[in-house]
Amino acid sequence: MRLLTATLTMAATVLLATQASAEGALANPPESWEHLWAEVMIDLYVIGGIFGAAAIYMLFKFKAKSPDQVGTAKPLSAVQAISWVLIPAAIFMADDFFLAANGWTVWNEYRRVPENAMEVKVTGYQWYWEFEYEDGTVTEDLVVPVGQPVVLRMTSEDVIHDFGLPYYRVKEDVMPGRITYIWINPAEANESFVQCAEYCGADHSNMWTSVRAVPQEEFDAWLSASADDPTFDIGEWRTSWTEQQTSQGIASR
Amino acid sequence: MNTPSATAGHAATPAWKEWLFTTDHKRIGVLYLVGSMAAFGVAGLMALIIRLEQMNVGMQYITSGTQYNGFLYFHGAAMILAFLIPGLTGFAANYFLPLMIGARDVAFPRINAFSVWLFYFAIVLALLSFVIPDAPDIMWTGYPPYSITTAGNTSFYVFTVHLLGFSSILGAVNFLVTVIYMRAPGMGWNQLNMFTWTTVAAFVLQLIFIPVLAAAVTLLLFDKYLGTHFYDPSAGGDVLLYQNLFWFYSHPAVYVIFLPAVGILFEILSTMGKNAVFNYKAAVYGGIWGIVGIAGIVWIHHLYVTGMPDWLRLGHMVTTLLISVPVGILTLSMWGTLWKAAITYNTAMMYAVSCLYLILLGGLTGIPLALPSLTLHLSETSYVHAHFHFIMALFSAFALFGGIYYWFPKMTGRYADGAVATLSFWCNFIGVNVTFWPLFIIGVEGMPRRYWDYQMFPQFESYHHIATYGAFIVGFGMLLQFGNFIYSAVAGKKAPLNPWNSQSLEWTHTQSPPGPGNFIDDVVVDENWSPYNYSK
Repeated sequence: MRLLTATLTMAATVLLATQASAEGALANPPESWEHLWAEVMIDLYVIGGIFGAAAIYMLFKFKAKSPDQVGTAKPLSAVQAISWVLIPAAIFMADDFFLAANGWTVWNEYRRVPENAMEVKVTGYQWYWEFEYEDGTVTEDLVVPVGQPVVLRMTSEDVIHDFGLPYYRVKEDVMPGRITYIWINPAEANESFVQCAEYCGADHSNMWTSVRAVPQEEFDAWLSASADDPTFDIGEWRTSWTEQQTSQGIASR
Repeated sequence: MNTPSATAGHAATPAWKEWLFTTDHKRIGVLYLVGSMAAFGVAGLMALIIRLEQMNVGMQYITSGTQYNGFLYFHGAAMILAFLIPGLTGFAANYFLPLMIGARDVAFPRINAFSVWLFYFAIVLALLSFVIPDAPDIMWTGYPPYSITTAGNTSFYVFTVHLLGFSSILGAVNFLVTVIYMRAPGMGWNQLNMFTWTTVAAFVLQLIFIPVLAAAVTLLLFDKYLGTHFYDPSAGGDVLLYQNLFWFYSHPAVYVIFLPAVGILFEILSTMGKNAVFNYKAAVYGGIWGIVGIAGIVWIHHLYVTGMPDWLRLGHMVTTLLISVPVGILTLSMWGTLWKAAITYNTAMMYAVSCLYLILLGGLTGIPLALPSLTLHLSETSYVHAHFHFIMALFSAFALFGGIYYWFPKMTGRYADGAVATLSFWCNFIGVNVTFWPLFIIGVEGMPRRYWDYQMFPQFESYHHIATYGAFIVGFGMLLQFGNFIYSAVAGKKAPLNPWNSQSLEWTHTQSPPGPGNFIDDVVVDENWSPYNYSK
């Protein structure tokens, strides 16, 4: 329901919002995702509304009044028949290219990594994640500083996994023998998670861990502490996450 | 389903022998129907187990993740390969396509019989995978390296695909030759039923693309059991080669299912509305063949998050969005067929109307998935799961069930309509909406597919509860439905030869059920004849 309300409120301002985000200093892919989604939803509501209303009208209006009655639609002339192809095709294609152009813009935001991005290497295993920071520290959860773009260079040591970050509205497959990337720009301190989004076997459902965005000082302290002694307890974190989410209802973003 | 007039000439032969050695396209069609419905029943039970398991966080009924993955594998593989494709291109095409074109049988009746028994062997092989200790757990997609490194028995999957693929290729050749050479004298290409056209298109797709799937899974077999490295990057293989080959077939396979369902929908809409198909030539040459033309150049939209080159992802975004043009033309023809119609409502028409809703909902929810940027988040979530169930699974299954009600009087001489049929329809229609709408909503929030546990999203439990209740409403509806089919075939209300006053040859020129050779006299049509000519 939250989604529906959000979609409807955004519907009114979507065009302005898209323009505004283009002027912003640093691209914000999750925000652009929400705008594009709202824009596509308007498209769906309009097309669905027109076709749905037409179908309901005709299904009631043209009920047979007697069993012998036949339809009275006249055959189309050649001009009508061709027009019924070319005009709708032109409208559909105009809509397609409009969506494609907007989708392309957002795509570029997702793929262009800011130059000052901090790099973290990600490796997927059946069934856990491993993170390696620039200083060589290896951890099993992801902690990033707020306000610092982070690029994740990802590969797998066994089968195909997928590094899915629902909070940041992004995911990409993690494959043996290939390196893929995504980038995120945590705007505020928060706790979310990464989940495996490509089927990888028995414990696919349990291949998830925490992603925390913390202030820079806290991050620095955490990184040096992790280098000496990784104290993070994933089991404990998962339990507290589950309790917290259950008490909060559906909102995840 | 007994066919008394067909057995009349062979009174000495026992019934089991007649069915086992039959080369009659109608009986082969019934064999396909029985086999595909059996697969539907088993795969449907799997769906109920999956829904029960997902009701709550944590392990509920299953004993291991591998067991759950086995159910997921069987549900997907059986529903697509053993229910939808054989139900539409096996049963419906076998039984009705020769009747619609005025042919006495297919071009190669013995090859046709071989096809159906290959299909049965494949079903037996798939069912055997349940009783072996190392059941396949590789999903219906079978992606390597997992399908190679797993302890599950991938060879059951590979050989099932081989048998079904062989069966489909033989069927495709058979029916294409039949339609090209065995149409009734005088029947031009622009006088074919929509179902004939959509089936021809589906068989053309099968013929072009199945060999690619067969090659893909054969290399999988070699990699797993013979030590080759086609998909192994550590030895110079390509980990994504399989996904490219697989979806190069499996996206067109969606249309192999979708198109015959569209054909059945047109038959019902036109007959029950007593109206000609709106803009027939546009629907055939623009819609159906437009889809065939574009089917082979959109498969990357299944690989949007696999790190494919950007130009490829963006190119396929454009081609994927352009699917809306041929599908839009087909949709306009469906809607146009209702214009100034004289609609009679019965169970078949109720299913057809629900298909209009399903094609609209399923088609439109595909638009976000055409955009790689939105798919970066939506991929592998239950949003995708709900989308393809609506457009492919539910649309096609509802069209097939509508078709069974529509053709039931032809196959048995009796109606399947009645209070039970109406009740089961409403259970099915309401049930699928209750099941899949919650999955749309939590999918957009990030709920992943193929999870038996979702500790990260405990707040979604109530949505999973609703979805599970919906699945059981459908289960109840389907039980009623099959009970009704069996009862009606034996003791349903007797129907006249042409109960819907259709103009199509299977209704106007045959007995119910049609005897051996289908037609008493050879069928000849003139250039003014049309299966949709109601307003003459």
